[in-house]
Amino acid sequence: MSPGATDRLSRLLAMVPYLAGRQGIPLTEAAAEFGITERQLVKDLELLFVCGTPGHMPDDLIEAEWDDGHVYLGNVDAIARPLRLAVDEALALLVGLRALADVPGLHDRGALDRTLAKLEAAAGDAATPSSQVSVEVADRVGPLAEVRQALVDGRRLHLTYFVPTRDETTERDVDPMRVLMVDGRWYLEGWCRRAEEVRLFRLDRVEAVTVLDVAAEVPAAASTRDLREGLFRPSPEDTVVTLELDPPAHWVADYYPVESVDRMPDDRLLVRIRAADGRWLRTLALRLGGAARVLDPPGLAADVQRRAREALGAYVRT
Amino acid sequence: MPVSAQKTERLLNLVIALLSTRQFLSKDQIRRAVPQYAECATDEAFDRMFERDKDELRDMGIPLQTGGNDAWFDDEVGYRVDRADYAVPEVRFEPDELAVLGLASRVWAQASLAAPANRALLKLKADGIEPDSSSLVGIEPRVRTSEPAFEPVYAAVRDRRAITFPYRRSGAKEAAVRRLEPWGIVSRHGRWYVVGHDQDRDATRVFRLSRMAGTVTPVGPPGAVVVPEGVDFRGEVATLVPYRPTSEAVLHVRVGTGVMLRRWATAAGPAGDGWDELTVPFSDAEMLGEQVAGFGPDVRVVSPAEVRDAVVRRLEGVLASAAPPGSGSAA
Repeated sequence: MSPGATDRLSRLLAMVPYLAGRQGIPLTEAAAEFGITERQLVKDLELLFVCGTPGHMPDDLIEAEWDDGHVYLGNVDAIARPLRLAVDEALALLVGLRALADVPGLHDRGALDRTLAKLEAAAGDAATPSSQVSVEVADRVGPLAEVRQALVDGRRLHLTYFVPTRDETTERDVDPMRVLMVDGRWYLEGWCRRAEEVRLFRLDRVEAVTVLDVAAEVPAAASTRDLREGLFRPSPEDTVVTLELDPPAHWVADYYPVESVDRMPDDRLLVRIRAADGRWLRTLALRLGGAARVLDPPGLAADVQRRAREALGAYVRT
Repeated sequence: MPVSAQKTERLLNLVIALLSTRQFLSKDQIRRAVPQYAECATDEAFDRMFERDKDELRDMGIPLQTGGNDAWFDDEVGYRVDRADYAVPEVRFEPDELAVLGLASRVWAQASLAAPANRALLKLKADGIEPDSSSLVGIEPRVRTSEPAFEPVYAAVRDRRAITFPYRRSGAKEAAVRRLEPWGIVSRHGRWYVVGHDQDRDATRVFRLSRMAGTVTPVGPPGAVVVPEGVDFRGEVATLVPYRPTSEAVLHVRVGTGVMLRRWATAAGPAGDGWDELTVPFSDAEMLGEQVAGFGPDVRVVSPAEVRDAVVRRLEGVLASAAPPGSGSAA
């Protein structure tokens, strides 16, 4: 069995109509659209070139040219229209559209509704299973509507922003670049004029927002981050903390971005967590109430003990 | 040429041959029409290859029809693919609609449905119309599918097939094997959940995919699971994390600290000596106690006793846990 063969056939059957509708498209652009390398695209074209209608005389074969870096296709009548959408294909777009439709104040609702109706028509029966998959986006949106308006109008924002790792509220001006929802949380990505850096702000931690009467000025060199690496970029100044987790604290390993997880005897987990500021780990260790132990650094472990003892003192006296 | 490339070429020639005919083609005609079949040394080799190829085309969603052309060929089965049936219906998407579809496809960026999403988009753009993204603002919802169980659970939901999997409940030591008829999957707060009928409990249950502790195995035939009408998957998942404050706690918080608690407070005022008094609504004393314990000596519970006890228990737990095993309690 070679599942690769049918995957590639699916790609070819999608590629032929796409390229035939865009005669002369640059090879680089076509390869990028299909998420393949130019070399792979040329291999695909070489394969198309030897296929065709029965008889397989030169006139029967698909014509494909790409010598000048632009792609031309001919003699593709039989497969000039794309194969109807498979269930996974229809589902991926329908579930995505319905998630967008749930974003409060996202779009011109009209365009979204028209698109959904047309896609359901285009997908036919393949649309049915999409009702069984759902992505929630409307929860914990914070001031999404104001932030979106600033993005549309290109205006600067003033934020009162809560930083839980330092347990403090900060004031700053931010030039918005985009709004993201990742892992169920909404973020504003923008040029922070206080830090003079691109920063991410969780919208549910924005305490107050004012749209300023000032045009946003994002420096030309500022770039949005590549989400493939995850949202948070490690820094050499980070503290790396080793925690030992008993079963009631195992959730920590799925909840926070951890560097490593090792299973230990007695169903304990050893996790390494990277943090820009060690204080929230001190808070976390106290919250976990003995279901987790800080093994390293020793200074942090001692600090957790000292704070627990001091806090208990208040209750013993009363 | 690698074997899979030869096979792709053969399948593509077969698809083109079946789409190019109005008549049903007999197996003999197909064997002559596709060069790679013509090269088969024996009838058996051709039969085997053709049977497999037919199944794979059907699995890809290509509507292969069987039938005969007229009474003369009653006993001879023929094959063709109807072009109207094969192709995406002629629905014309406007440039702004294609931009919205592009945004919808990027919801799955880097997730396991990213490739089908992109392919679907390219199919719908085949007419040569280019998207116009000018009306979109930079708002990008993304969902990830990092749980290893996503693929098999998704496939089971889609194919309406029962599954069995080892599952580790929160705080449980051992994973237990569960049997589920899955109805739907939901991404909530960045995590995937599956809702369905738990065969052992004979009740509706929700499972978190990240707690599936091993292989998810499909059981029984596809299509066997019946999804009840009108079941609210999101509602089922949402009941997992109800949050309705039912009580109030009074806390003393050191000035300049406890910002998070101040955000939750419904009333706040000075308590003297560098402390503030906050009234904080809560629904679960243990959960509030956990948050308060995190602040250490900067927050004290005045009332109620159940929150104070929850805090004290945690702080004592921290002190006890520092003792090396076997050395007795901490000083």
